[in-house]
Amino acid sequence: MKKILYSLLLLLFSTSSHAALNVFACEPEWAALTQQLAGDKVNLFTATGPLQDPHRVEARPNLIAKARRADLLVCTGAELEVAWLTVIQRESGNPAIQPGSAGNFEASRYVQMLEVPSRLNRADGDVHQMGNPHIQTDARNFLPIADALAGRMSQLDPANAAYYQQQLAAFRQRWQAAIARWEKQAAPLRGVAIVVQHRGFPYLNNWLGFKQLAELEPKPGMEPSAAYLGQVLGTLQQHPAKMVLRAAYQDDRPSAWIADRAHIPAVVLPFTVGGTPQATDLFALFDDTISRLLAGMK
Amino acid sequence: MYRKICLNVALATLLGQPLAATAATDADLQAIREQIQQLKQSYEQRISQLEQRLQQAEAGSKQAQQQAAEAQATAQQTLTQPVIAAPPSGSESAFNPAIAFILSGTYGNLRQDPAVPATGFAMSANNPGYSKGFSLKESELGISANIDPDFRGVATLALAPAGGVTVENAFVQTASLGHGINLKMGRFFSGLGYLNEQHAHVWDFVDQPLVYRTFWDNQTGEDGLQAKWLAPTDMFLELGGEIGRGRGYPGTDRNKNGTGSSVLYAHIGDDIGIEQSWQAGVSLHQTQRVNAISPDASNPLLNDSFSGDSRTAGVDFVWKYAPNGNIADRYLKVQGEYFQRRLSGMLTYDTAGLNVTDNYSNTQNGWYLQSVYQFMPHWRTGLRYDRLDPGTANVGALNAANIVANFGYLPSRTSVMLDYSPSEFSRFRLQLSRDLSRQGLPDNQIFVQYIMSLGAHGAHQY
Repeated sequence: MKKILYSLLLLLFSTSSHAALNVFACEPEWAALTQQLAGDKVNLFTATGPLQDPHRVEARPNLIAKARRADLLVCTGAELEVAWLTVIQRESGNPAIQPGSAGNFEASRYVQMLEVPSRLNRADGDVHQMGNPHIQTDARNFLPIADALAGRMSQLDPANAAYYQQQLAAFRQRWQAAIARWEKQAAPLRGVAIVVQHRGFPYLNNWLGFKQLAELEPKPGMEPSAAYLGQVLGTLQQHPAKMVLRAAYQDDRPSAWIADRAHIPAVVLPFTVGGTPQATDLFALFDDTISRLLAGMK
Repeated sequence: MYRKICLNVALATLLGQPLAATAATDADLQAIREQIQQLKQSYEQRISQLEQRLQQAEAGSKQAQQQAAEAQATAQQTLTQPVIAAPPSGSESAFNPAIAFILSGTYGNLRQDPAVPATGFAMSANNPGYSKGFSLKESELGISANIDPDFRGVATLALAPAGGVTVENAFVQTASLGHGINLKMGRFFSGLGYLNEQHAHVWDFVDQPLVYRTFWDNQTGEDGLQAKWLAPTDMFLELGGEIGRGRGYPGTDRNKNGTGSSVLYAHIGDDIGIEQSWQAGVSLHQTQRVNAISPDASNPLLNDSFSGDSRTAGVDFVWKYAPNGNIADRYLKVQGEYFQRRLSGMLTYDTAGLNVTDNYSNTQNGWYLQSVYQFMPHWRTGLRYDRLDPGTANVGALNAANIVANFGYLPSRTSVMLDYSPSEFSRFRLQLSRDLSRQGLPDNQIFVQYIMSLGAHGAHQY
């Protein structure tokens, strides 16, 4: 009896590897990209919600249970998830998703990182040694990431490799057309002066050509004090900005405070898929981002 | 039996592997060849397209230049190679482990001497971890790194304010066993309950709940082995077992072969939608106390000694809620734990004088319920209620006149706290406690505390 049980158990373990890929996406934008490239060929789980600060997530039991069965993690990397993902990887007892394994995909490794600090000192706030991790605000970054992700899925799931490559080709075509459209729409935004609540938009600035005058956090991750906000307000009286930007997951008070006093609109950007009701998928994410920015100009 | 299993394993592997291997050689190989061909074609196409675009760009306007830059970037990236590989550092320090250091200090304003134990718990541990006036708490040095692909090492050294270093944790754990299995060996905090494994710098109050102070000497640790298994289920289900030397309270460190303590526990947990999550657990702990000396409950000038079995069972739960699941903004956490311990053995009254030994057994219990609410980013408040029940002891006839069997008093305490965290790495806390844990010695306590961590960005458990 026991013999049969053992043999069955082993068979179970060996056959499970042939099922569809279990993908654990750390953030909604990577879930959306995986969805574009893999359709229903994978089982997709998204670890964080669109209104969660991806840096401040707890290593919840549910995440550990999901990571236990994951074949592929799709995350930003660059220390964005350092406060929780390391615990999940460790507790999962799953060698496939450990750092350095093929099942651990870090999107930030495939794009040019901005704001890589020249010195590492916590006196500068919560800085990331590999650069600013909010890479998903520049639509152009999705092309190399999609290439690499399709490659990685093909490697892990060779049976569907042709499908992933086909989806990738289709996605690239649509995405390049969309980038051209977005850049045309966003042309009036070039050179516009803005204020941001958190240092979350360098890639967006770099792409659309904003001129960022100030941040409402004195240092990344630090609470804006009334005195510091007063200082920013002083700067804005000398060099007026067109709008103040914040990501949907952030507390609205600091940007509302400054918007009120500087008489400029506070613009809420979805920041990721689902961040606003309109940002339903990757394409809608940028459609909505740009339409909100243009609305802020009026 | 063992041989049979081995045979089966070998058989099953033999059966499983060649099947997969032959499958790969026949149909799959053809498919792979085709895919490679397709890939090659598509890349060649793409690269030639990009080259064309590059030429156009060089000729054209500013906008075209931008496109060229993009095309260049894409051309690079079609190779699906990481843009930035970690720059190889030539120095040995590149392999230095992650180091984190915790600095913490407290100011306490108490009316009663904290050294007086809770009523009916004279035989238990009593290390409140605070004192009157200013005091430095233990500074904690944490070092961790992967040892090789298979093992990770962790050491936590506690630097006591009075001098001296104690090894709080020093363990290695497996990193690549798979199948949800994690093994730990060395000195570690037991995985029982909810709070036991959490380090002092993440506690929500200045001190541990009374039940942890008396039942586990704040946190129970062992020198031994821990095995945990995470079930491959949709819901979190973890089973754990530990065997150890027995050095951690309520065990007794002694020079003896075999194991001095054992622990079993199970934890389950899940999310409810995106906003709520929970975890619940049960724990069993068993050890022996040998010649454990403690001051007598009714006459602290005399010492008693106990030898016998200690069996503890506990349940724990925690529930968390955050609007939109965003804990950076606001969240609510409710947690509670209950432990019951049965001591049974021989008690010696007045070891230095009368020295009377007879049977002693007692069942004690304790629980706490607490809630922490982050009402705006960086600011939290919390409320905790503690309760202990010293039980009614069964005292042998010889000691019936010496040992108090029933204290008729239930120690309790209520604490409120407010804390402010300027950043993820620093925290200030104010705590007020109404301490009724000692009969006839009510105490109003005020604490002010700072906790700061420097160095590596720690990752915290749930």
